[in-house]
Amino acid sequence: MRVWLPLGAGLLILAALLVMAAVPDLLTPYDPLGFDYEALLAEPSPAHLFGTDQFGRDILSRTIAASRIDLQIAVFAMVGPLLIGSVIGLLVGWFGGWADALFGRLADIVVTFPFLVLVIAIVAVLGPGLINMYIAVACVGWVVYAKLMRGEVRVQRSADYVAAGQVLGFSTGRVLLRHVLPNAVRPVLVYAVTDMALAILLGSSLGYLGLGAQPPEAEWGVLIADGKNFFTTAPWISLAPGVAIVLAGLGFSLTGDGLQALLDVKR
Amino acid sequence: MNKGTWLLGRLAQIVPSFVFIGIVVFVLARLLPGDPVSAVLGDHATDATVARITAQLGLDRSIPVQLLHFLGGVVQGEFGTSIAYRIPVSRLILERLPATLILTGLSMAIALALAVPLAFIAALKANRWPDLLIRGVFQVGLSTPIFYVGLLLLTVLAAWAHLFPVGGYGEGWGEHLWHLFLPALTLALSFAAVLMRSLRGAVLDVINAEFVDFARAKGLRARLVLGRHVLRNALIATVSLVGLQVGSLLGGAVITESVFAVPGVGRLMVESIFARDYPVIQALTLVLAVFVSLALLATDIVQMWLDPRVGK
Amino acid sequence: MSLVVRDLRVVFDTPKGPVWAVDGVDLEVAPGAVLGLVGESGSGKSVTLRAIARLLHANATVSGEVLWEDEDVLAMPPDRLRRLRGAEIGIVFQEPMAALNPVLTIGLQIDESLEAHTELDTKGRRARALELLDLVGIAAGGARLGQYPHEFSGGMRQRAMIAIALASSPKLLLADDPTTALDVTIQDQILRLLLRLKAELGMGLVLVTHDLGVVAQTCERVAVMYAGRVCEAGPVASVFASPRHAYTQALLRAMPGEGARAGAKLVPIPGQAPRLDRPAQGCAFQPRCTVSESACETRRPSMETDGDRRFACYAEARL
Repeated sequence: MRVWLPLGAGLLILAALLVMAAVPDLLTPYDPLGFDYEALLAEPSPAHLFGTDQFGRDILSRTIAASRIDLQIAVFAMVGPLLIGSVIGLLVGWFGGWADALFGRLADIVVTFPFLVLVIAIVAVLGPGLINMYIAVACVGWVVYAKLMRGEVRVQRSADYVAAGQVLGFSTGRVLLRHVLPNAVRPVLVYAVTDMALAILLGSSLGYLGLGAQPPEAEWGVLIADGKNFFTTAPWISLAPGVAIVLAGLGFSLTGDGLQALLDVKR
Repeated sequence: MNKGTWLLGRLAQIVPSFVFIGIVVFVLARLLPGDPVSAVLGDHATDATVARITAQLGLDRSIPVQLLHFLGGVVQGEFGTSIAYRIPVSRLILERLPATLILTGLSMAIALALAVPLAFIAALKANRWPDLLIRGVFQVGLSTPIFYVGLLLLTVLAAWAHLFPVGGYGEGWGEHLWHLFLPALTLALSFAAVLMRSLRGAVLDVINAEFVDFARAKGLRARLVLGRHVLRNALIATVSLVGLQVGSLLGGAVITESVFAVPGVGRLMVESIFARDYPVIQALTLVLAVFVSLALLATDIVQMWLDPRVGK
Repeated sequence: MSLVVRDLRVVFDTPKGPVWAVDGVDLEVAPGAVLGLVGESGSGKSVTLRAIARLLHANATVSGEVLWEDEDVLAMPPDRLRRLRGAEIGIVFQEPMAALNPVLTIGLQIDESLEAHTELDTKGRRARALELLDLVGIAAGGARLGQYPHEFSGGMRQRAMIAIALASSPKLLLADDPTTALDVTIQDQILRLLLRLKAELGMGLVLVTHDLGVVAQTCERVAVMYAGRVCEAGPVASVFASPRHAYTQALLRAMPGEGARAGAKLVPIPGQAPRLDRPAQGCAFQPRCTVSESACETRRPSMETDGDRRFACYAEARL
């Protein structure tokens, strides 16, 4: 019960998010890009549940339409670091030696860079935009995954079945891929779910600053930035996208925490 | 090994970190689009001038020599000239740094003031309603982006209730603190959430320890048992987290300074990206990374002071 | 009697259901007397000790009576309980490394106890702390006060913990297996120290141990515990000479003998420790007992008294 309630809530939110991202057209009450000069900055009402923006666009529709980009951010900003970090962690954890020592030093030094500042600096070099943001996140974020994977691999390495596999004469590659990886990957995947919550926050923050998704790409952070000049007079502009970010973040973090408790994964 | 040698070893570790930070920033600068010489001269320079400037910037030398030259300059506080402001980058950063330092320091104080008592309440009432409420609120807080928290506080407390200024920095210390309170609170909430979570876990780990039972067995007051025996041991685990979080705090400062129009280095960083003011971006990345290394060093020293077993 | 325990029961609430750790224990300690509380691990001896000082955590439900000089300990308000602990009853734990706070100096850990229970000023407390270290046999006390537990050896740590427990001259010392964590030679030193302190300070002592040898060496009376109950109690000499509970007898046979019993064959106790989450209907020791009869399985033997001996065993006459 203590595990299932948050996990169930998290999964429910994620399911809703997936449906929104899969078939936004079926859910949006209005055309998300349709201007309506009769209803500029309209307050929330039965017609426009979350009001309209300065061009009369329906906020709810825009928020639903934007879910696709934010879900994409959650996945892509996680996948790069996950793949790079896992491969590096697997290799240094298994082979140890100088590569492992070098990795240790490197990891120590990367944590001294403020994550967001380094991502911003890399985006500055590459130019604003989603693709460049993914590259920047991958450059910095792999370290966490590599550390996790390395730790798990070192535990697995000393396990009996690994020794048994070596006695049976299996190749290193086979032992690594068929035996070590499946056992070591669980905590890494659980972390990846939590990491998607962080990715949504990072993506929307960069979008808000103008460094992530670029208008007219509809992204929640960008939507909020769009309405920021009307924040005191028409605060509803930012309400729906803001709530969407919080819910999506909660969805991923509750699911991640729930899975961690359910699978009894130690961090 | 005693504490002195331990500290010396720790200080020695920081030197390669600094060098590495310098190398990363140098490489980032080399990856920049466009040719630095034409950035300085524009497109209409003669070949002779280009050659002279290239030599002046040291670009005709080999990459390792350029790197050494760059690192040498950094050691002397020489970061070049800002393209947008046309003043030395070091001066620009020194002007903007105090606001950021006050902001992060104030938010750290607010976060500690929030997290420590709440973590204790949550741990002592573990899995009962005060704990569930505190954790629930912080879970939502952790899922709310900093800029959105900032916008909410700005709208409600500053624009509508007029309790605080809408932004800016003011003149003199009193006004600085006054203007920076809301941004600091914004920044503190997410930091407090992380801190609370860790400290609650640490208190739960410690509260059932034998030495806490022994302290109770000595007939000490509950306040002394909690404040001396539990808190001190729980803090040791949390202090290293504070160090690791300084980076996120500075990242958050970039966002809050933008939301609240605080003239600090975080806002300068975002402005410089749009102004393509590369020397400033380069210098700021370096300064902030060095700042985090120093913060990590500081937390290590605090940890050494809290935990007599360190360095033994 | 200075300490009387009547029908003490402790139930732990665990995720897997209730555990009856202490199930109706009666004990008596006269002023200045030494009682040994002996049993295997899990027999409830340490829990009994902690329940007496009300040191158990929220997951434990304690019932019964603990009378300290005719005052009900289980009903004491917090202020009175604080004065009882430390000032009247001192407690020594099993693992000095775990029981001493790793981040506070030994000096502070002695000082805070003195600060709580005496009127001494800073200087007076320091003098008393030095006196205590001297009393427990820690030399160069002045330098030792500023040191941390990890800078002490195992035996020295246990001495320091005893010094802390004695800080405000308690009338009774509860010692929870204080020698298990130590080397054999150090064990002996600590026991001798406890006996010497008991004699010098005139305090009572409850010594929890799993080691019958320790009981023989130090105690006047003994209570043998099994599965949360006292199965036999009485003066050490007569209990050891003629046990009147099958478990006591089995314990004695499993112990390397001294004197008359030296060279006797050691007989280990068969079977496993009893399950406290599913109390037996009959005698808890029955499954492992070599002299049990049919009644042992169905009905719990009641405690019988014969002079200064108490025992709860159907097979008593056949032992």
